Amino acid sequence: MILAFLNLQPLTWPTFANALALGGVYALMAVGIGLVFGVLRLVNFAYGQLIMAGGFALAYGTTWNLPEWQSILLCFGVVLVLSVLMDRLVFRPLRTSSPAVMLVATFAVAFLLQNIALLKFGPLPRSVGSLAQLNAPWDIFGVEIKKLAVIAVATAAGCLVILQLLLTRTPLGLQMRAAAMDFRTARLLGVRANRVIGAAVVISGLLAATATVFLSAQAIDVGYTFGLQDTIIVLAGVVVGGMNRPIPATLGGFSIGFATGILGGVLPADKSQYLTTFIFAAVIIVLLVRPNGLFTRGGGAVERV
Amino acid sequence: MSLARRLPEVLVPALLVLATALLGLAVSSYLQAYFLDALIKVAIVVGLYVFIGNSGVLSFGQISFVAVGAWTAGVLTVPQAEKPIAMPGLAHFLVTTNVGNAASLALAAAIGGVFALAVGLPLMRLSGLAAGIATFAVLEITNNVLTYEGLIGPALNNFSSVPPTTGIWQAAIGGLICIAVAYAYQRTRFGRMLRATREDPAAAAAAGISVYRQRLFAFTLAGALAGFAGGLYVHLQPLAANDLSLDLTFITLAMLVVGGAGSLLGAVVGALAVSGVYYFFTAAVNTVTVFGWHIHVRAGTADIVLGVLMVLVLIFRPSGITGGREFSVPRRRRPVADLEKARATT
Repeated sequence: MILAFLNLQPLTWPTFANALALGGVYALMAVGIGLVFGVLRLVNFAYGQLIMAGGFALAYGTTWNLPEWQSILLCFGVVLVLSVLMDRLVFRPLRTSSPAVMLVATFAVAFLLQNIALLKFGPLPRSVGSLAQLNAPWDIFGVEIKKLAVIAVATAAGCLVILQLLLTRTPLGLQMRAAAMDFRTARLLGVRANRVIGAAVVISGLLAATATVFLSAQAIDVGYTFGLQDTIIVLAGVVVGGMNRPIPATLGGFSIGFATGILGGVLPADKSQYLTTFIFAAVIIVLLVRPNGLFTRGGGAVERV
Repeated sequence: MSLARRLPEVLVPALLVLATALLGLAVSSYLQAYFLDALIKVAIVVGLYVFIGNSGVLSFGQISFVAVGAWTAGVLTVPQAEKPIAMPGLAHFLVTTNVGNAASLALAAAIGGVFALAVGLPLMRLSGLAAGIATFAVLEITNNVLTYEGLIGPALNNFSSVPPTTGIWQAAIGGLICIAVAYAYQRTRFGRMLRATREDPAAAAAAGISVYRQRLFAFTLAGALAGFAGGLYVHLQPLAANDLSLDLTFITLAMLVVGGAGSLLGAVVGALAVSGVYYFFTAAVNTVTVFGWHIHVRAGTADIVLGVLMVLVLIFRPSGITGGREFSVPRRRRPVADLEKARATT
């Protein structure tokens, strides 16, 4: 009934591939947000402004005619420096505050960075032309699929596997998981707080930079609000999936990206402007049904990160 | 405590608003716009305080009720003859319905309250992060629908031809009404029960308080005040849907936090002080002279100053300028409510 009313378009392979790619990129952002939440109990609303800064780095790379790899390197550098600075200047002094105070603080940082970008770079978006060739299609079994989608899915899967290995097979990963479960006990047992938090911030920054490359390539140009809407959607996805554990958070990020991609493809032109409404209505419904997360099992001790 | 000792708690915020209004009358009409805006901000922030301050629960959804109020008051007061031009897609019954200034404000409050009640009925069951994200979702949905739905308003256009009835007195009286309602509410048993849940939800529930019902009541009341403030706002300037979204959410939240979320005085002081700083830097774009110093800044500096100010207040004085206390004649010091602890438990 409702589906007939919506007059949905048929689902095509390219739509499916793009949705998969968006899901992959959002999953990376979800892990980045989830890692920092695990060790710091901090919902980083300003994550989108890391992506915005990285986007501007790529745009400058294009303006200066840098080769692609140098632009991407510049983007990683800018995002990493900014995320470490953010941690040092704002999150460290607030480390003992309540989650609500920290959330409002990241909200303030997001607003601040966005307005600095507006003042510095102006309201007009800038082109990220050097990455535009990623939007060219590849012919796979007679279906034209963007290079970007294939590379994004592969990169996201690779990053997630490496991260999972890092968390489960290395001493640092063990310490991070321990800190996420119970920070104080972990410190008593010799885990160095600053080292663990530093690692989480750096990894989260690397993931943000990776996501930036794909988001910028898809957007073609970046403005001062770049990354904001994506972050809000990913944050919703992370909370919907289950903030407390890495896999549910990742799945949450992936699902909301995938759903956004599919809905964006199948909604008819006159309804596609209401994409946000559909997505966030679904978020509210899921939160009401499963407030602890869609992909978490109820009860028992929960592991974080 | 006697009534005489209590009276300054509401009189001081009210006098601050009156003083702002009188100052606004004294300055040029160009500067008066800033004072008008500050008074509207007082109304919005006091509405925000009624829920966030008393419940200790963060809500990002308040501005969606402001937006709904603005849409209600705006659509119902645009002169009938101009509606087909200003809002071509408007639903027929809205084209034929027109009300006066006061009635439009009352309806804005009513619709804001009803919308908040409808949203709150399911959402107030949530707590913590889930509640924060859910209220955010409400803001996103409201903004999305108001931006694109021509049946209920100007959609992508600004609200043109709304009669500009919000002058300095209407803004001041609106602010005073919000303050009076907020104060009356926090003195009732409902307000006290809600603040008990803020301090310790488990203990409050054990004492027989329904956390859900108290939060829902405050959420609805806050929604009505927000709708009212939105009505005042749309009668002041031609608003668009994006004026009533994330940026306004941030600015009003910053005002509440800077002033001190725990008290009505904090909400009013925060709204006025932050407006003062903000408009000082806005005006400084065209060079301001203070004690012989010529201050000149680039456009957009005001937002950056506001962001820095908010971060600094959160780091060094998380309970705000007023420390979350109401005004009292300094005689005997009352114990400071430990707002931090209260926030940590929610």
